[in-house]
Amino acid sequence: MGKITLRNVQKRFGEVAVIPEIDLDIDEGEFVVFVGPSGCGKSTLLRLIAGLEDVSGGVIQIDGVDATTLPPAKRGLAMVFQSYALYPHMSVRRNIAFPLKMAGLPPDEIARKVDAAAKVLNLSAYIDRRPGQLSGGQRQRVAIGRAIVREPKAFLFDEPLSNLDAALRVNMRLEISELHQTLKTTMVYVTHDQVEAMTMADKIVVLNAGRVEQVGSPLELYRTPRNVFVAGFIGSPKMNLIEGAAAAAEGAATIGIRPEHLDISSNAGTWAGTVGISEHLGSDTFLHVHSDHGTLNVRAGGEVGLRHGDRVWLTPQADKLHRFDAKGARII
Amino acid sequence: MATQHSRAAARLMISPAVGVLLIWMIVPLAMTLWFSFQQYNLLYPDRTGFAGWDNYRYFVTDFRFGAAIRNTLVLVLGVLAITTIGGILLALLLDQPFRGQGIVRLLVLAPFFVMPTVSALVWKNMFMNPVNGFFGHIAQAFGAQAGFDFLGQAPLMSVIIMVAWQWLPFATLILLTALQSLDREQIEAAEMDGAGAWSRFVYIVLPHMTRAITVVILIQTIFLLSVYAEILVTTNGGPGTASLNLPFLVYLASIVDNDVGMGAAGGVIAIILANIVAFFLMRAIGKNLET
Repeated sequence: MGKITLRNVQKRFGEVAVIPEIDLDIDEGEFVVFVGPSGCGKSTLLRLIAGLEDVSGGVIQIDGVDATTLPPAKRGLAMVFQSYALYPHMSVRRNIAFPLKMAGLPPDEIARKVDAAAKVLNLSAYIDRRPGQLSGGQRQRVAIGRAIVREPKAFLFDEPLSNLDAALRVNMRLEISELHQTLKTTMVYVTHDQVEAMTMADKIVVLNAGRVEQVGSPLELYRTPRNVFVAGFIGSPKMNLIEGAAAAAEGAATIGIRPEHLDISSNAGTWAGTVGISEHLGSDTFLHVHSDHGTLNVRAGGEVGLRHGDRVWLTPQADKLHRFDAKGARII
Repeated sequence: MATQHSRAAARLMISPAVGVLLIWMIVPLAMTLWFSFQQYNLLYPDRTGFAGWDNYRYFVTDFRFGAAIRNTLVLVLGVLAITTIGGILLALLLDQPFRGQGIVRLLVLAPFFVMPTVSALVWKNMFMNPVNGFFGHIAQAFGAQAGFDFLGQAPLMSVIIMVAWQWLPFATLILLTALQSLDREQIEAAEMDGAGAWSRFVYIVLPHMTRAITVVILIQTIFLLSVYAEILVTTNGGPGTASLNLPFLVYLASIVDNDVGMGAAGGVIAIILANIVAFFLMRAIGKNLET
């Protein structure tokens, strides 16, 4: 259970077409991440699937059934909101029990399910507290708990980690991934953070201005970005994009090379430059090299012996070079 | 820099204001207490001196006292019920997006700016008058001789309607702001959780508004216990004692009966009763204000 299909889905707010037209297939049990810059329509797309917004055109099918006009509650989906949207006047127990109560389940069954969910999410110790007395991570888990007790066909996450601090975010990322391994339920996850997308997704949908730029597994997107936008968006630090003479030499309008695919040498190479800022992370060093083709990001080993102002030469690994035409599409 | 020095300076700075307020409050209170134990009747200037508890005894045993207490309670509770329930409904209505929202919200507030005497007179002459009033005209349009005589037949009810009309905007405004501060995502989450409109109202919206409702009830109770102008210009407490409340009885005793001492005793009783009500009110619903 949990197959979601979008056909020609459109969304307009007045004259503004937030989503011009989208076709998308989300398979059973998949972890799909919508990623894109802010304002690209990824949250709107999620809300369309949830039923919190009405589509302006097109069809949404859930498990093969037309759900386009179904109210949110009838779609069998559960959503975790960015603000968690916990009910502040209810205890953790009553928060998690709320959807079950609304479904009219008998009290003893509700209690059993709530206890089970609390145990899975390590919430048992806080079960009688109110959301206001919990930390950010605990609130996040309550929100997830409220979603899993319903045993939905799919989970929808709307930037769930953006309110957490960096360390907690890494933890919750793992917890959500583990939850997906345990439950094997379809998950649709919206984020603007490509690291979250890369680490969690089975399938990434890159969105830009309401359009799907590319759909694929994280490594597919990383290795063969279909256009300049995807190339620049996926990967951290960003791929170096070079236009002009260097690109023309490769028969392209733009060429792209990832920081880890640039070999650096202090005596010979293709492009000359001077070392600018270098960021030492211990395991790696990211060097900003000022060359004739702009500032290039280079990933070097942790022990690299280069200093600010050193003269260096960079050589792109030929088989790792991405070439794009004038419209930004990949040249195969 | 809350040093010892700056704190002392702060105390010094606010002491004139505190002093004025203290005198402002203490002097009338002390005088009322003093008069309440004195023989002080304007009709008998020769009878003066200490009266003991006589003024209190006369006030409590006055044939109008029981009615005054009962009417005060009915008035307060009646207005509270109408304004809170009506205020919630109006707030829900005004929270919906519609054209001309700003103007409508401003208009809803209007009754609160009308002074009590004026609003009571407008109600009395233009609405509730059985012959010339608006309701009277409606009744006549349906073939009746004259409309219902509100002030004669249901005086307390009429006063309640007038006062409720005045206070409804206040309740609506406070409840509307509470409603607008409700997180949209909570409503959406409840929607996803399968809660219908009624469940969302009962489980999400109403609990969110409890604090505002508490504030509305507390503030209104304080003002409603002392309703006076509306009664003075409409029914004068009558017919008989039908629309007589405690403040109006104090007025009757001290101004109409010229018995300043008994009026003062009534005032002290009113203070004590108001404090008892406030105490129970704070205990019953005041805990909503804490969290």
